[in-house]
Amino acid sequence: MSITLKDVEHVAKLARLTLTEQEKEQFTGQLNAILKYAEKLNELNTDDVEPTSHVLPVTNVMRDDVVRESVPVETALKNAPDDEDGQFKVPAVLE
Amino acid sequence: MALFDLRLQDVHNKLVGKELTVADLVEASYTRIGQTDEAVQAFLTLNEEGARQAASELDKQLQEGGERGLLFGLPAGIKDNIVTEKLLTTCASQFLRNYDPIYDATVVKKLKAAQSVTIGKLNMDEFAMGGSNENSSFSPVRNPWNTEYVPGGSSGGSAASVAAGQVYFSLGSDTGGSIRQPAAYCGVVGLKPTYGLVSRFGLVAFASSLDQIGPITKNVEDSAYVLQAIAGYDNMDSTSANVEIPDYTSALTGDVKGLRIGVPKEYIGEGIDPKVKEAVLAALKVYESLGATWEEVSLPHTEYAVATYYLLASSEASSNLARFDGVRYGVRADNPDNLIDLYHKSRSQGFGSEVKRRIMLGTYALSSGYYDAYYLKAQKVRTLIKQDFDQVFENYDLIIGPTAPTPAFKLGAQVNDPLTMYLNDIVTIPVSLAGVPAISVPCGFADGLPIGLQIIGKAFDERTVLRAAHAYEQHTDFHKQRPQL
Repeated sequence: MSITLKDVEHVAKLARLTLTEQEKEQFTGQLNAILKYAEKLNELNTDDVEPTSHVLPVTNVMRDDVVRESVPVETALKNAPDDEDGQFKVPAVLE
Repeated sequence: MALFDLRLQDVHNKLVGKELTVADLVEASYTRIGQTDEAVQAFLTLNEEGARQAASELDKQLQEGGERGLLFGLPAGIKDNIVTEKLLTTCASQFLRNYDPIYDATVVKKLKAAQSVTIGKLNMDEFAMGGSNENSSFSPVRNPWNTEYVPGGSSGGSAASVAAGQVYFSLGSDTGGSIRQPAAYCGVVGLKPTYGLVSRFGLVAFASSLDQIGPITKNVEDSAYVLQAIAGYDNMDSTSANVEIPDYTSALTGDVKGLRIGVPKEYIGEGIDPKVKEAVLAALKVYESLGATWEEVSLPHTEYAVATYYLLASSEASSNLARFDGVRYGVRADNPDNLIDLYHKSRSQGFGSEVKRRIMLGTYALSSGYYDAYYLKAQKVRTLIKQDFDQVFENYDLIIGPTAPTPAFKLGAQVNDPLTMYLNDIVTIPVSLAGVPAISVPCGFADGLPIGLQIIGKAFDERTVLRAAHAYEQHTDFHKQRPQL
């Protein structure tokens, strides 16, 4: 498998990144080198191996659904690049 | 001996004996930073007002007498991916250059409860992605032993600040070696605890199944003190381990008689600098002389660890870093055409190239059609790597090898070759994938640059790791060497 410039453009779109022409070319080369190296993993037969997503036997942690103190609105908005009426403000989504 | 060379216990004794005040320590810390940080660039933000205020309050308490904990009044540095309320937390990224957190990370709360003083926030590779600190979007950190060399990464500021005597201890974070490798390069002690032992609440996530916070100190005893203060279950972290926290300092007996050490042949074989290998073998001789035994063992899947790690960590990163969209915090790009364009522009302007590269790799590995080939495959190989460790630990108490294959390299030497840079982590990454604890302690020098010995233990057996590291330290003086700055 090798990554083309077109693949890089597609993945960039999925990742919400706009790359310059120079970045696209550079990433195409570098990602190919990294993925070629990663193909090393195919030397191993893992048909009967369970995947590890976490080293600890973690399970979902549940708590009682009780009302707790929450962050005040103005504190939550402290780092907002733009806000209005106690809400985060973004460009219009609907026309 | 200069004030900043003292052990935590000695400083503590001077404080409670009223030979020193907390204000003296805080001023000494800022004076040292003033003298050295133009060359080292370890700090991104200083907490001068907050630290001085804390010092005056603590000094009042000191006047009243009474019992004080060991970290009382001690100047500490915090890696800049650990959130601190009302103190900028940038992750060394342009994206977060104005981020003013509204809460303290659990580890920061714990250090405040232990009454240590936060001196400032430490430089790092952007979002903890890197092994040389050259990926800081503000300034690369320099190695205090030779400022033409990298300090390692990603906790380069955390290691360099302790090595330079700017703070008594620091906190770093380790995902694939980011505490241990810079500790090795800077000649200090860096401990990555077992995954889950220290809360990750308030640590800006890079790869959630691997990230772990730990201390960087000048010696093993200090490491045990700091670990004691920060370890413990936290219901704010869903992967926090609910285990009993033992007393770590009582493990430092100096006795390693009968300890069984496995030395993986893969960790001292091809690709390991001969001087590093020599230093490791010399350390094993010290253990022999103390009554421990060592044998060569094998961790056969070591050669697959770097590939496994970069697929898994980048996949997790691509998901974790999706939150940086320019809506709720961070820097928003000007004049977006629409909401999607706002995401695109803010992210593209805010992230540096290594962060973009890893997001791209992770997004690709998780994307439709490639998930099984890359992400799932890597998760399966992770199982094999973990089994390697389980098998060795059936017969041995510890695994010992180098922390990094070489000493520090020159700034700029590897920036254009990400793959070579990734291979610097070949002996720290497997440990991270297995989730077990490991410490790096100074074990020699090559051409004036420090070498680190990595001591790896069973899950939640930090006591044995610390005991062995401490016993070694008692019989060597590498950890007492200081860079000339």
